[in-house]
Amino acid sequence: MASAGAFDDITASESSLRRFLHGLPGVDQVGADARAAGLGTRSIKTTAKAFAIDLAIRMVDLTTLEGSDTPGKVSALAAKAVRPDPADASCPQVAAVCVYPDMVAVAKQTLGSSGVKVASVATAFPSGRAAIDIKLADTRDAVEAGADEIDMVIDRGAFLSGRYLQVFEQIVAVREACGEAHLKVIFETGELQTYDNVRRASWLAMLAGGHFIKTSTGKVQPAATLPVTMIMLEAVRDFREQTGQMIGVKPAGGIRTTKDAIKYLVMVNEVAGSDWLDPDWFRFGASTLLNDLLMQRTKMTTGRYSGPDYFTLD
Amino acid sequence: MARIDVKKTYKLYIGGTFPRSESGRSYVVNDAKGNLLANAAQASRKDARDAVIAARKAFGGWSSRTAYNRGQVIYRIAEVLEGRREQFVAELRASEGITAAKANTFVDAAIDRLVWYAGWADKITQVEGTANPVAGPFFNISSPEPTGVVAVVAPAGPLLGLVSVVAPIITTGNTCVVIASEAHPLTAITLGEVMATSDLPGGVVNVLTGSVAEVAPWLASHMDVNAIDLTGVTDVALSTSLEVAAADNLKRVRRAPEAAVDWLATPGLDRMTDWLETKTVWHPIGI
Amino acid sequence: MVKVPEKATPFFAYAPAPESRAIVDIAASYGLFIDGEFVEGHAKSFKTINPATEEVLAELSEADETDVDLAVRAARRAYTRVWSRMPGSERAKYLFRIARIMQERGRELAVLESIDNGKPIKESRDIDIPVAAAHFFYYAGWADKLSYAGQGVNPQPLGVAGQIIPWNFPLLMLAWKIAPALAAGNTVVLKPAETTSLTALLFAEICQQADLPPGVVNIITGAGSTGQALVSHPDVDKIAFTGSTEIGKSIARTVAGTKKRVTLELGGKAANIVFDDAPLDQAVEGIVNGIFFNQGHVCCAGSRLLVQESIAEELLEKLKRRMSTLRVGDPLDKNTDIGAINSAEQLRKIRTLSEIGEAEGGERWSPPCDLPENGFWFPPTVFTGVTQAHRIAREEIFGPVLSTLTFRTPAEAVEKANNTPFGLSAGVWTDKGSRILWMANQLRAGVVWANTFNKFDPTSPFGGYKESGYGREGGLPGLAAYLKGTD
Repeated sequence: MASAGAFDDITASESSLRRFLHGLPGVDQVGADARAAGLGTRSIKTTAKAFAIDLAIRMVDLTTLEGSDTPGKVSALAAKAVRPDPADASCPQVAAVCVYPDMVAVAKQTLGSSGVKVASVATAFPSGRAAIDIKLADTRDAVEAGADEIDMVIDRGAFLSGRYLQVFEQIVAVREACGEAHLKVIFETGELQTYDNVRRASWLAMLAGGHFIKTSTGKVQPAATLPVTMIMLEAVRDFREQTGQMIGVKPAGGIRTTKDAIKYLVMVNEVAGSDWLDPDWFRFGASTLLNDLLMQRTKMTTGRYSGPDYFTLD
Repeated sequence: MARIDVKKTYKLYIGGTFPRSESGRSYVVNDAKGNLLANAAQASRKDARDAVIAARKAFGGWSSRTAYNRGQVIYRIAEVLEGRREQFVAELRASEGITAAKANTFVDAAIDRLVWYAGWADKITQVEGTANPVAGPFFNISSPEPTGVVAVVAPAGPLLGLVSVVAPIITTGNTCVVIASEAHPLTAITLGEVMATSDLPGGVVNVLTGSVAEVAPWLASHMDVNAIDLTGVTDVALSTSLEVAAADNLKRVRRAPEAAVDWLATPGLDRMTDWLETKTVWHPIGI
Repeated sequence: MVKVPEKATPFFAYAPAPESRAIVDIAASYGLFIDGEFVEGHAKSFKTINPATEEVLAELSEADETDVDLAVRAARRAYTRVWSRMPGSERAKYLFRIARIMQERGRELAVLESIDNGKPIKESRDIDIPVAAAHFFYYAGWADKLSYAGQGVNPQPLGVAGQIIPWNFPLLMLAWKIAPALAAGNTVVLKPAETTSLTALLFAEICQQADLPPGVVNIITGAGSTGQALVSHPDVDKIAFTGSTEIGKSIARTVAGTKKRVTLELGGKAANIVFDDAPLDQAVEGIVNGIFFNQGHVCCAGSRLLVQESIAEELLEKLKRRMSTLRVGDPLDKNTDIGAINSAEQLRKIRTLSEIGEAEGGERWSPPCDLPENGFWFPPTVFTGVTQAHRIAREEIFGPVLSTLTFRTPAEAVEKANNTPFGLSAGVWTDKGSRILWMANQLRAGVVWANTFNKFDPTSPFGGYKESGYGREGGLPGLAAYLKGTD
């Protein structure tokens, strides 16, 4: 088992970093897709399903990232995060709410000491096309406003043109700017295109000290997919094998149903292992997913199908 | 005083060389009128064994040559045969007692057959291979590959029959051990001389002369022979017992023909496809 | 520094998710399907059991020589009077009809297959049954296009085909045999394996539903002696057999000196070769799929893992971790990855060879797994420290047992892979394109899976080199195997 320091040589230069990333085992797309689809056929019933639904709720980063966001909208969302099902006190709260930096204070105020975290996107989200100083300022702003977690985007342009060290250094700098806040590194896998790139980006972010690796901004299609998430889960599993450190994974965007969420949980369980079945180590970046989870939860407890009118719209 | 002519000694053709039978045996070959033509080597089981070793050794190189190159070599055999046609005409007349015209017809046809097969060398894969549209993201092709070492009991037609069975075997990249016609073995050895001087690598074709009943069972049961051509077996009981022996390692068997073969007719593809295996290769298609 | 949890979250235990058995209706006893009717056999009967529970499922007739003769006569009559005279376009419609009914009754076939064979429902549901139907669809389309099959302008059927199939993919092997035979204009007498006859008998019912003319398909149940009678019957023109190399050889001897044509699809000991530049996670999946798919009851199973020395340790660790997630148990549970071993006899053979593997110094490993008390079970097993000289590296085990060997160079990998009397299939894992093609050329095997394994398709020819048999099934060669050329 290597300590994090063992990777210093790798990140010492552009060429050593490239050699390392390109030396990672390749990913065969067809095989990866088939494996992910196979995991998707697991059938989860009864107690396991009830456990899975509550776990999934606890893993949600309830998200609103719109130009039209207002303090009213954000505080409503935060209220829902604390008490997702007003009719059922046994329903767990979500992991976090995820907002733009200027909404962090509003969210923080509503959440108070509920334990629900505030996550803020930063670093010129979603494109990441800004000077590093501005990205760092954006990050500090959010942290100062009370963000517990920062969801940064990597510079996909730099990554795709092979300037891996630049991407690495930016992540290191943002991590430093985070202070105590946890850092999630968004790859925008829809723009990276290949699974090989996803695997390289995962290692790059883990080497740079990200606490979480995250698929997407939600602004680019495709966003999170099962195979992409599987590649990332394999990366955190392998990283733990080599360093003993655990890194979290967050698929975001496009996960809308309980059925989808359960497929992800099965994948987490079988690919990375049950240690990752915890909101500290796995999150769903989602908005509409929560209501479907709540409807299914009600179906499990009442035995009848529910309808959208019985859950709050946000 | 008339000049005493120099008679030819007919030996075996194994691994590109012309050894006598290790057994030291020979047998008398007469012409059509019953007069002595020559003594032919009488191959033993050990000669058969050596011939299989030579054929196996030659297989890797011959089968991995480009099809184009194999076609060139087989065409070269036709060229050399053409250059020695008078010798073959004379040999056929002597051994079979046929007219010059008939002998010429057989020699012509044998040369033309080699040319025909030479042309097939780089086409049979295209005719027999397939691109398979499987229901999934996979590149999938099937292409024919040579079976390996083929044992052959050659038919009685000492030149055309022999060429007609051997040419398709080697065109497709196989190597072979041939038991020449027992009654007319000499042309087979002379043909060996043609092959030995035609850029055909030693061991690709090996020719044994002697008793089919004695030697063929050793080839039929040999575990390093992949296939057997029984075209020249006329004894039904022998043919069956050879097929039974061939089952020991699941040799591909071409049975003796049910009716007399017209060797002058244009062949089909079956003498090539009988010695081909289909290999299917799969690979995912992805980014 | 990120914390590592001291205690894992309670395991996400999957509750059983059994497929309902209610969809199948198994009769107490079955006769033989001859000339379009179920008839009583002349000889004794035998029992077929569920290998997962040892429960008796039904009583079947063991066809004797008289029964075989009746079936062959029915097939001959149907051949001369009906099937060989029918326009190809009409034969095609029957085959399409059969394919459709197989899809319509797919769930029923899948459940029945899993009950009778022991294979996981997800395999019978997602592979066996749909691919079997696909074979009928594929060959249906050939029936009126035979002049394009590369067998001359007017190729002819062979006549009556005697077909003997194994127990590992009962309905799928039936489809591999019957679909091309019928498309080409032959009629068939098919004998399913004695432990797995039920889907073949349900197929007979499907033939009735499709109004297939009587005698075109005849299904006779029984064991080795029934098969022997079929192979020896003088009025059979073609034998198609899938099964062991030993029986294949005895069939080749039986037909010696006759005019019968034969295709044999026999055993294998495939090498699955992993290079150090392989896509490792997919290679692990390929290894698992290669040897644990269908409990390893697969003639083309990747039973010899050849791994490049430099990554052997890492790969084996990944493999073992992956094996630990395999779920062994009730074949009807949708979450089961590995079902029951098909018979007590097969289980004995797997156990014996595994014990020999240990005795010869191989290091044996299986993940912890609870096996059901009744029925026939064997855990997924990997042997390391195996050499070419070990029996488990040479003999076909036909079970979920993987032997691992190492190599250093591509040439050594090829040499070891080809160093077997078998030649059915091989796998190659590497990211280097030119090496894949080189390996594919060098491997003496009828199917080479590069960066994948155990893939099958009706359009793709399948069959072996050397002692793995001769002839091909699937694709154009699979059709040609039931045609006489007219050139």
